[in-house]
Amino acid sequence: MSENYGSIMKEGLWEQNVVFAQLLAMCPTMAVTTSGTNGLGMGLATTAVLVVSNILVSMIRHTVSSQVRIPVFVVLIATLVTVVDMAMNAWLHDLYKVLGLFIALIVVNCAILGRAEAFAVKNGVAASAVDGLAMGLGFTGALTFIGLIREFLGSGTLFAQASNLLGPSFAFLEMKLPGYGGALLMILPPGGFAILGFLLAGKRVMEKRLEERAAAHAEPATA
Amino acid sequence: MNFESFREKMGYQPVLLGVFALLASGALAWASGATSEAIAAAEAKDLRDSLSEVLPKGFADNDFLNDKLEIERNGKPVTIYRARQGETVRGAVFKVAERGYAADIQVLMAVDAEGKTLGVRVLKHAETPGLGDKIEVSKAPWIKDFDGKSLGDPAPEKWGVKKDSGVFDQFAGATITPRAVVKAVKGGLEFYGEHRKEILGEKS
Repeated sequence: MSENYGSIMKEGLWEQNVVFAQLLAMCPTMAVTTSGTNGLGMGLATTAVLVVSNILVSMIRHTVSSQVRIPVFVVLIATLVTVVDMAMNAWLHDLYKVLGLFIALIVVNCAILGRAEAFAVKNGVAASAVDGLAMGLGFTGALTFIGLIREFLGSGTLFAQASNLLGPSFAFLEMKLPGYGGALLMILPPGGFAILGFLLAGKRVMEKRLEERAAAHAEPATA
Repeated sequence: MNFESFREKMGYQPVLLGVFALLASGALAWASGATSEAIAAAEAKDLRDSLSEVLPKGFADNDFLNDKLEIERNGKPVTIYRARQGETVRGAVFKVAERGYAADIQVLMAVDAEGKTLGVRVLKHAETPGLGDKIEVSKAPWIKDFDGKSLGDPAPEKWGVKKDSGVFDQFAGATITPRAVVKAVKGGLEFYGEHRKEILGEKS
């Protein structure tokens, strides 16, 4: 069991990125990434749930037998999301109005159960928390990035309504391209799939280049 | 017997599942109890905000949120909030819904005592982003076209989008959505006309 937090972070953010490498959570990814702000909000909410669910699963991993672990985890995650949903509705109501729709969607995000199964059930509490954070941030980054591209091509804005999500001090993030009507296709689901396809291809090309460069450098340097 | 082997026993599984289900229900019950009051307060505030949006400023001096009346419409109760100045009812706010392109479009509308529209806002819809969502006031001023309209102005046959030779604009690429909103508002005005006396509290 590796307790190497650096490599856990790297796995979550890049090598095993939920969207770009594992291709998990496609449903929220396509539904939510119509704007950068939506992607960011969904990503952050998912990160919070992922960290807590990883911690809880890791804590009970010795108590739960492998035969019933899946139903137990499902109950745990569903409860957690519902509590977060109610708490946000009660005390962060303005944020809830922006994110409310997405919170319930977190339950069906297979990445959460995926991480419980693939990591938290085999690792310590601290490592699981770091894994949840890394996977969540990787997910957030991917959603925000896809969201920004779709928003820019589709409606000619960047981070529209970000101040609703993050507070008025973040209004400077909001940008609008004047005189651009936008290509509706990018906002609709096919645009999402197209953008994701290009990004996946881009990531593959980049990794291949990096590999080739690493191979070329491997001879002289001792990196 | 150590824990490892006990854990694999047949009897352990259902008990474990049961314990977790109990714990989960307990947590949910507790959270629901702890948040219900704050959620109700936040939702009341939302309702007040949207009611204030369709009513002009200073139109009413009562607490219209609690001046409610329920009237049946097509078998379903419609809650009507009455705006008063002193004792006189000056207008009413209520919700209407009409099937849009994707799902029901919920519209909140305020009507004054003479049956003229004071304001219309879309509360909830699932129309295509970029096409049909111009019915939201934050996206386009279109919805304000209804202000001041009544069943006589424009004439009933002109209550439609331009494509149907009415007076209201449709959007490029989306006719069904504005058509549904126009129909909803017209239906709301008719409903108001039928129950005007009841709503205004006048003796018939």
